[in-house]
Amino acid sequence: MSDLPAKAPRWAIWLPLALFLGFVALVIVGLYRPADRNVASALVGKSMPQFDLPAALPGRPGLDSKVLANGKPHLVNVFASWCIPCRVEAPQLGALAKAGVPIEGISVRDTTENLQGFLQTNGDPFQRIGADDDGKVQLALGSSGVPETYVVDGKGTIVYQHIGEIRPEHLGLLLDKLKEAGQ
Amino acid sequence: MIAELGLAALWLAAALAALQLVSGALGLTERGAVLGGAVRPVAVVQGGLALLAFACLIYVFSVTDLSVKLVALNSHSMKPLVFKIAGAWGNHEGSMLLWVTVMGLGGAFVALVEKRLPERTMLATLAGQAFVSLGFYAFLLFASNPFERLSPVPMEGNGLNPLLQDLGLAFHPPTLYLGYVGLSIAFSFAIGALVTREVGPAFAKAMRPWVLGAWIFLTVGITAGSYWAYYELGWGGWWFWDPVENASLMPWLAATALLHSCGVLAARNALRAWTIMLGVVAFSMSMIGTFLVRSGILTSVHAFAVDPQRGTFILALLAIYIGGALVLFGLRAATVTEGERFAFVSREGALVVNNVMLSAILGIVLFGTLYPLFAEAMGAKVSVGPPYFNPMSALFAVPMLVVLMVGPLLRWRRDKFGRVGRGLVIPAMLVVAGGIGVLVLGGVALLPWIGLALSVGLGWASLLPLKGRNLRRTPLPIWGMVVAHFGIAVALFGMSSESAFSVEKLVAVRMGEVTQVGPWGVKLDTVEPVAGPNWTAMEARLLVRYGIDGKVTRMLPQSRSFWAPPQQTSESALLTRWNGQLYAVLGGEAPKVDGEKQSRWQLRLWWKPFAPLIWIGGLLIALGGLLALLGRVAADVRRIVAKDKIAYRREKQGR
Repeated sequence: MSDLPAKAPRWAIWLPLALFLGFVALVIVGLYRPADRNVASALVGKSMPQFDLPAALPGRPGLDSKVLANGKPHLVNVFASWCIPCRVEAPQLGALAKAGVPIEGISVRDTTENLQGFLQTNGDPFQRIGADDDGKVQLALGSSGVPETYVVDGKGTIVYQHIGEIRPEHLGLLLDKLKEAGQ
Repeated sequence: MIAELGLAALWLAAALAALQLVSGALGLTERGAVLGGAVRPVAVVQGGLALLAFACLIYVFSVTDLSVKLVALNSHSMKPLVFKIAGAWGNHEGSMLLWVTVMGLGGAFVALVEKRLPERTMLATLAGQAFVSLGFYAFLLFASNPFERLSPVPMEGNGLNPLLQDLGLAFHPPTLYLGYVGLSIAFSFAIGALVTREVGPAFAKAMRPWVLGAWIFLTVGITAGSYWAYYELGWGGWWFWDPVENASLMPWLAATALLHSCGVLAARNALRAWTIMLGVVAFSMSMIGTFLVRSGILTSVHAFAVDPQRGTFILALLAIYIGGALVLFGLRAATVTEGERFAFVSREGALVVNNVMLSAILGIVLFGTLYPLFAEAMGAKVSVGPPYFNPMSALFAVPMLVVLMVGPLLRWRRDKFGRVGRGLVIPAMLVVAGGIGVLVLGGVALLPWIGLALSVGLGWASLLPLKGRNLRRTPLPIWGMVVAHFGIAVALFGMSSESAFSVEKLVAVRMGEVTQVGPWGVKLDTVEPVAGPNWTAMEARLLVRYGIDGKVTRMLPQSRSFWAPPQQTSESALLTRWNGQLYAVLGGEAPKVDGEKQSRWQLRLWWKPFAPLIWIGGLLIALGGLLALLGRVAADVRRIVAKDKIAYRREKQGR
């Protein structure tokens, strides 16, 4: 059996330094770039993924992605009864619904009872609610959390993604986006 | 007043570090040789002053002196004393002060006791230690002064993050820091050896106890941190591949490799350049880890100082120390003479495999930790989690563990598999039997399956080095090795069993309702409000029973609300049995549905078979290290005593 060479080639001796310099360069780039921690969906500007979610509540239709391409702009709200910011945004969604905006809900990992309780306390702006019990549609949408809200135009194309709760100051922006989507 | 005293001590310590560096460096030259005598005493006093500064910080925290900004930002007068004290290092500035204190004490300790190496190497080592300390002193004094005053003095402090108000956390960071910073001594030894070109068994023997000591603390720190995350975060997981966790794992991997290559260098005078290189890498990983966590460059659940200015400062320090050490290594490694040669099938060969595999895992963890940063620089966003880390590290860990079964049985220099093969028949059969057994049970994923099968054989094989030995006269370091390797088998079994057989249940239950999780029946008895010194909580009383006729035991998970700062935490309740752990978390009250009179409570329950073995294994690994350390130190002490006796006799006889 041959003996192992106990000595590394010359270039290998400088390898750690080279790796370290690479690390420093990478980190400098990272340090001086303004960090944006929101995860934007890759689907903005593309058409809605195909899905057909069953009804989350008895007596209320579920959500089929075909409905979203019915020629009118829609708001798709990804929410859950266990999500606290969702309670914060409920009044804003209510106002939008009053203004005649069709709002479709995707309820993520929820139960019928909890959902009913949530809508009773916080108001119910939804035309349809699809039950996304395993979060697959949420993932397909490129949504990284709840709540998230999507503006979808009449052809079923996502034109805008709103991450986090809708606060009163966001209402104007959302209405503008909806108007754009309607043209 | 005390705060000023602390600051003054810190400045003095920094000045002494500068003196230590200069006199150490000059001491190496012919003209400055006189200065060399000052290095050891200066190192001792520097360590003492750093300790004094740290004691002052603990004092201002324990009396909640709100005129000190750091106290006002991180403490609160209503907090229990132990958390007030722990608050001293539960923040960026305080933990950096702890860092330099440990480093100063380490240097002082080396200066006091290490007499084995040539004095020139010691001077270079202590100068190197001072050089590294100096940067961190500067960082403290210029960019994160822990003793800064605040005016006007606020009425009350901000409080400490409730997640950190936990006994485990009071001792977790100091332990980890002793490990991180203890590696700085190995780093300085490596620098000293490179400067004076003295790399050999004596160097390895001098460095080994320090590496062992640091490694023990790292092992305990990681184990404790993992357990803390497990019960305090209430997520039921014990390792999340979070950047902060990776930051502690990477130095551990490097230190483990260093420990083994040190053994080769000490016993066989081989792997010289490689050992030096690992000495540099191990502490570099401590610094890189700290930088990644502190600069806020990677978002993490427990990164507590997000500040690009500080990030830049630490980065500059990193560039100087790591870059400098690696340049020195590049220049000198070629002149470090070649060590002894050995055959592939030999103890050295097995240890080389161990080193290469550990380094590969280190590379994988480092790459995975940095990859999101790299992707972001390229304009994409990714997060890297268990689907990458688990299989990729297993790819190298599994062969390493297989070699671990054989390696300790091999002889140094040259051996044949045939000689040790017979002893390995039983472990091999155990692996096969374990594999088949788990397969019969079914429903186990690939990695846990491999882990379960391997751990059984490994447990047996790790005890084989004791075969044929007189157990009473077996040297402690051998016991240490056996215990540590056995600990790996135990931890591996726990990890695999936890991921293979855990049962999780999320339910909303009424009072009196019974729910099943695994073999347990869990009944929600009452939910009542309770109050602590700085929190209030809803506490559920669960009556749990193992199997059908087990004894009924109480569990009390809480959903706590802290009011300074306001935050909700879940205090999980754990019930440990010999064969696993029942883990209960109380969620919120479920909203009432129409016609319901009684409200329901959300409960999250896990049954985790053999999960405690993960941490028991970790502690066994550390215990193995401790046994080895005691053995080495005892041998050193015996040697010194013998030497003194000889010298004494000679003196008495008038030579």
